[in-house]
Amino acid sequence: MRFSEQFESRFAEMLTHYPTKRSVLVPTLLYAQDESGSLSDEVIKEIAGRLELTELEVRNVISYYSMLTTHPRGKYNVQVCTNIACLLRGADELFEHCEKKFGVKHKGTTADGLFSLEEVECIGACSWAPAVQVNYDFHENLTTEKLDNVLDEYRRK
Amino acid sequence: MAELVSHPDEVRVVSRRFGQGATNLDRYLELDGYKAVQKALTMQPDAIVNEVKNSGLRGRGGAGFNTGMKWSFVPKQSAKPKYVLCNGDESEPGTCKDRLIFEHDPHAVIEGTVIAGLAVGSHTGYIYIRGEYRYLLEIMQKAIADAYARGFLGKNIFGSGYDFDVYWHGGAGAYEVGEESALMESLEGKRGIPRIRPPFPAVVGLWGGPTVINNAETLASIPHILLGGADWYANLGPPKNGGTRLFCLSGHLKRPGVYELPMGYNLKKMIYDVGGGIPGGRKLKAVVPGGSSTPLMTPDEIDVPMDFDSMMKAGSMLGSGGVVVLDDTTCMVKFALRIMKFYQHESCGWCIPCREGTDWLKKTLIRFHSGGGLKKDIDNILYLSQNMLGRTFCPLGDAAAMPTISIVKKFRQEFEDHLEGQPCAFEKESKIEQLPVLA
Ligand SMILES: Cc1cc2nc3c(=O)[nH]c(=O)nc-3n(C[C@H](O)[C@H](O)[C@H](O)COP(=O)(O)O)c2cc1C
Ligand code: FES
Repeated sequence: MRFSEQFESRFAEMLTHYPTKRSVLVPTLLYAQDESGSLSDEVIKEIAGRLELTELEVRNVISYYSMLTTHPRGKYNVQVCTNIACLLRGADELFEHCEKKFGVKHKGTTADGLFSLEEVECIGACSWAPAVQVNYDFHENLTTEKLDNVLDEYRRK
Repeated sequence: MAELVSHPDEVRVVSRRFGQGATNLDRYLELDGYKAVQKALTMQPDAIVNEVKNSGLRGRGGAGFNTGMKWSFVPKQSAKPKYVLCNGDESEPGTCKDRLIFEHDPHAVIEGTVIAGLAVGSHTGYIYIRGEYRYLLEIMQKAIADAYARGFLGKNIFGSGYDFDVYWHGGAGAYEVGEESALMESLEGKRGIPRIRPPFPAVVGLWGGPTVINNAETLASIPHILLGGADWYANLGPPKNGGTRLFCLSGHLKRPGVYELPMGYNLKKMIYDVGGGIPGGRKLKAVVPGGSSTPLMTPDEIDVPMDFDSMMKAGSMLGSGGVVVLDDTTCMVKFALRIMKFYQHESCGWCIPCREGTDWLKKTLIRFHSGGGLKKDIDNILYLSQNMLGRTFCPLGDAAAMPTISIVKKFRQEFEDHLEGQPCAFEKESKIEQLPVLA
């Protein structure tokens, strides 16, 4: 199991932040997932070993947090907020538009593995609704046309 | 990233450095940065606590507890280390203000954290930022590193002989983790399940040590209070509600955005003047005054000052500062359903009234919105919600129940209109999945 140098130096630094090793678990899992796409059995085993936890303890934590996943997602995870502020400004249309465009439902991935679609809860962009996060990037004040342009740019990347 | 707005009625305290490049440490110093902490280093801890108490600053995370009072609960002597924990989990639907603070003024949060530490005799602070805010975590990581490089953090800060460390911490997606005790569980590397209280975190918190937990906006206000003085801050708002507040205006408004207004600013004015009113000549139907967990208000109820006490008196709550405006094209049943769907999804599942209550309510509301509701369901929704109030392990159950009760009580007719298979009057066809109609 190999992570990037950046991962390793950040991991080593994080261990110095807390009185217990276990405290690094949640951010470490997310950083690991960013590198390998999902938390595979191998990744879980590795992190459990490093933190002296059982794999079950690690899985228990993974299943709690909505950003963590053991299933691979597409290269770009399109997360459409449909919570109240976005709902009032057309989030449902955005989500349905994505469903049609990608031909997948909530948590589905396109056949080419490029896009995943997810309906998510409030992402802290309520005053700039409706909003979508693609991986970690925010896209705000969207319309279906604007979203199409955004997604086309990712496709070209 | 997120667009900034302005309005003449704004009083800029926490947002003073927004758009001023203050993520840069030198620029922050030019804008009075790190002066307050140097002042605090010359003060007795009790004097800092009293200053904050007298400023009337109340927690910006939602509950509105007097911040100085909270700090005073931390025991002077403690065998275990004491901690300061900044709550940057910001996940209450309708709330997007901490995001701007982290984006534009990360050093203010660091400075507030250090001052809180000096006040309670702690030497370690953690700044917890929700996982979705990755770019803000990166801004914070850099800000912390820059502060260390100048000797503002670490050993012997500002040559004072006092040691103080600040660490960043990232989440991974969970609303419940914003609840203070679940936040500590999460920071300790566990599922975000709340802890029983008492003991309160101020006495037994992180790793068993006394812990002060404050919202990011609360902590970012602290340096301004120390520099401007308790009286100045207190006088910005009505009695016992000091200062200003970042209000996140969203929904059916002409000019949504985050505005900093004095505490006690009139809600109606906030909607019509600051937010520009309702677009398209439509009419106001309801307002969520302080994030999705607060009871909704009708147009005849909004001529109220937005401070903790007045809002409580008006039968709602000031909450987290998220003002969501609904016009007359909104289906209230659908709105209630979306709120419940959120709480059902975010319930940690630890206690039964919350886990089962939110699930039953969600299912009932789905059926209702799709035209399969029964008349008795209306009272059932009320009954279930009212039975959650005060009976859940943490306030997430209340957060789910309060808006629901207010919607059923204030918009009962809309529930009646959905009865007997009648399609939602606000949608051409019901787009929500159907559940079987129960006899
Ligand atoms: C379900 C739930 C979620 C919460 N989420 C947040 C949050 O995201 N951010 C926050 O500052 N406070 C949140 N709170 C409030 C915290 O429990 C706590 O009261 C607050 O962080 C204390 O800081 P303050 O006194 O400065 O407001 C939440 C509370 C509950 C019950
Ligand atoms: S409701 Fe969509 S970002 Fe807050």
